[in-house]
Amino acid sequence: MSRPPLPSSSAFTRVWDSAGMLLVLAGLFLLCSVGVDNFLTATNLRGLALAVSTIGMVACTMMLCLAAGDFDLSVGSVVAFAGVLGATVMNATGSVLAGTAAALASGALIGFVNGVFVARLGINALITTLASMQIVRGLGFIVSDGRAVGIRTDGFFALGNTAWLGVPVPVWLTVTCFVVFGVLLNLTIFGRSALAIGGNREAAHLAGVPVVRVKVVIFTLQGVVAAFAGLVLAARMTSGQPNTSLGFELEVISACVLGGVSLSGGVARLGAVVAGVLIMGLVQNAMNLLNIPPFYQYVARGCILLGAVMLDRLKHRN
Amino acid sequence: MSAPGHALGFDGLAMEFPGVRALDGVSFGVRGGSVHALLGENGAGKSTLLKILSGAYLPTAGTLCLEGDKKIFRSTAAAIAAGVAVIYQELHLVPEMTVAENLLLGRYPRRGAFLDRAALRTEAGRLLQLVGEDISPDARLGRLPLAQRQMVEIAKALGRGARVVAFDEPTSSLSEKETRRLFAIIRDLRVRGHAILYVTHRLDEVFELCDAATVLRDGRHVVTHDALAGVTRDTLVRSMVGRELTDIYNYRPRAHAPGGLEVRGLAGPGLREPVSFSVARGEITGFFGLVGAGRTELMRLLCGAVLPTAGEVRVHGRPVQGGSPRTAIRDGIVFCPEDRKKEGIISVRSVTENINLSARRKHLRAGLFLDPGWERTNATAQIARLGVRTASPATLIGLLSGGNQQKAILARWLSEPVRVVVLDEPTRGIDIGAKSEIYALIQALAAAGTSVVIVSSELPEVLGIADRVFVMREGVIAAEFTRAAASPEAVLHAALPATIAN
Ligand SMILES: Nc1ncnc2c1ncn2[C@@H]1O[C@H](COP(=O)(O)OP(=O)(O)OP(=O)(O)O)[C@@H](O)[C@H]1O
Ligand SMILES: [Mg+2]
Repeated sequence: MSRPPLPSSSAFTRVWDSAGMLLVLAGLFLLCSVGVDNFLTATNLRGLALAVSTIGMVACTMMLCLAAGDFDLSVGSVVAFAGVLGATVMNATGSVLAGTAAALASGALIGFVNGVFVARLGINALITTLASMQIVRGLGFIVSDGRAVGIRTDGFFALGNTAWLGVPVPVWLTVTCFVVFGVLLNLTIFGRSALAIGGNREAAHLAGVPVVRVKVVIFTLQGVVAAFAGLVLAARMTSGQPNTSLGFELEVISACVLGGVSLSGGVARLGAVVAGVLIMGLVQNAMNLLNIPPFYQYVARGCILLGAVMLDRLKHRN
Repeated sequence: MSAPGHALGFDGLAMEFPGVRALDGVSFGVRGGSVHALLGENGAGKSTLLKILSGAYLPTAGTLCLEGDKKIFRSTAAAIAAGVAVIYQELHLVPEMTVAENLLLGRYPRRGAFLDRAALRTEAGRLLQLVGEDISPDARLGRLPLAQRQMVEIAKALGRGARVVAFDEPTSSLSEKETRRLFAIIRDLRVRGHAILYVTHRLDEVFELCDAATVLRDGRHVVTHDALAGVTRDTLVRSMVGRELTDIYNYRPRAHAPGGLEVRGLAGPGLREPVSFSVARGEITGFFGLVGAGRTELMRLLCGAVLPTAGEVRVHGRPVQGGSPRTAIRDGIVFCPEDRKKEGIISVRSVTENINLSARRKHLRAGLFLDPGWERTNATAQIARLGVRTASPATLIGLLSGGNQQKAILARWLSEPVRVVVLDEPTRGIDIGAKSEIYALIQALAAAGTSVVIVSSELPEVLGIADRVFVMREGVIAAEFTRAAASPEAVLHAALPATIAN
């Protein structure tokens, strides 16, 4: 069929579509560099990167989870629980390996159970992970008896407190996560399946996508990565703390939403999620440097989230 | 071009989306008390015109004209207030609420601060009488069959005082009987002086129902016939497609080989008795029946979407593991579902993504990584082969016109040589030019040895394309015809419930 050629969409929309949040990030960075004293120093930037490293890791799997149309509210509890469990096992056995393995395995198990409830039994992800969030938080308190567990195995601290090429190890680990999950999302059939499921579960099912398996794997990965992030955090703090990372799940989801991930599923880009994570960290950091009291920081963070979502809507209006 | 006598006019209407000029200076008028057909190929701009009429889109240029007054609707509320109602194919009703609640949505009768239930029921009853439909106002909307939901939507529009009513492919999911009812209601609206705009791909309906017709092509106005006397089907097709289309089926006999699809004693929900049949390699079979005859249920069992309670399905002699579309696809049966929006497209993903969804599994690198080269070439090739009209392969499929979405979903299944392909209403919402291309494609598939099963509610389509016709009625295969024996009367007779047929 012969058709008249169609005009191509404007260059601006295309750039904005693919790199909008990166532009916002670059703008904010410039603004802070000029307007905030002590922002553009190596120490401060290292601190900033370290501060977002935990959120960054978990945002990778949260992005997959949201892409497939689900939520996971249990990640904050898993971070705390994995730290506590890892610390306890290390102290009991004296082995870093045993502690690490125990923490990761517990994260995998929690994620797997979440996945089975959501994908196999069809229970709403919000409800399932709301429950596991509380259960796992409780387990963390039980294992530690409600107190911080100081770690006595020095070798473990390397994970949190050393640097390579001047960049702290946790930051390297976060970058590795970004790369691995970027590849997973964009270059593998697994990533495409996740997006297809989030976009239209029934259509994906009929097209032969193994819906249940993909979802269970995503939740399991989410558990493992959250547990790993918990271990790194424990190494940085030299102890496992049962009440760390309260409200962490919402920060992670906020970063993903800032990064343009659709809460109704089917839409996710890793580059934008990285930008979302960095924007959150940047704003936090700048507010600290400007000595804005913490109470106001909450208000500011909420406003930024709303602003970003508004911006996104405006973009889709035309 | 809209003369004073017109109840509704369009004047130089233009609409541009990024990369697409959906409407380009369209002008015509619709008389009050007439049914005006709006025709054109997929993507010609019909639905876009209706969306402008409903206030959902703001046109880039041009105006509407209502009873002589120039108008532009900036919101759907403005259009409703001006007495315009558009009945979309996807109905805008709330399935969880009752019929009465839906009918009066947004303008509930109140007594003080409270909902006046009694008034709600009486008013709803009055509106339902307007469409002469026997529906309880207290029924939960989601429980009603689609046709009745459509009637509720029409009643809702009339209740809001609509003088102009536009329909977008209203009959595409209705049974023959339901279509009759709808036509009766539309004729009634015409008598009462409403101006009616009617979008369809079924030309028979134009001659049966409509008084005038306008054809769009590629967003431009081609012709308006103010009366249909002297207008033939061929005239309309030529102005729609821009060329002559003689035999759209272009049927050619093919050689068949045994051992394609064999179904023995298949039983499950929706089937009254176990079903057995077979389709040879290279054979095209058509499944005809009235809506609700169990055809879709049978196909869903066949393709693994529903677990059968008994029976066996074999492809090329090997059993197919049922109960999951994934295993059915692996074992050689692919299925193109009838409800495109719900079960076919992934609207937030690109056309490429939607086309490659199923076949890419066979084109991975190292069993894990996508092959970007294949992804691109396959999508481009399929888009060209089926004539999918899209600004680019990267366009979100949800932005395509209905018929073009359907073509893209078909492309999903035609990227790979398959053994058995089951197509449930494959040409629903597809224009006549594209239809003939799809028929050619189906025949090419069969010629290459694929066993084809087509479910269709359009009798001419089944008779035109199939080598053999199965008729389903009330959950069983009621009759089987060879191509030579399949006359329209015989097939239709077999499809009607026994009580009516005798
Ligand atoms: N929101 C949108 N954004 C971008 N393009 C759009 C949008 N809506 C429609 N289009 C494009 O405008 C053109 C006209 O679409 P429209 O839905 O009006 O066609 P149609 O005549 O109703 O076709 P069909 O018979 O297939 O339903 C198509 O090319 C479609 O892709
Ligand atoms: Mg349309």
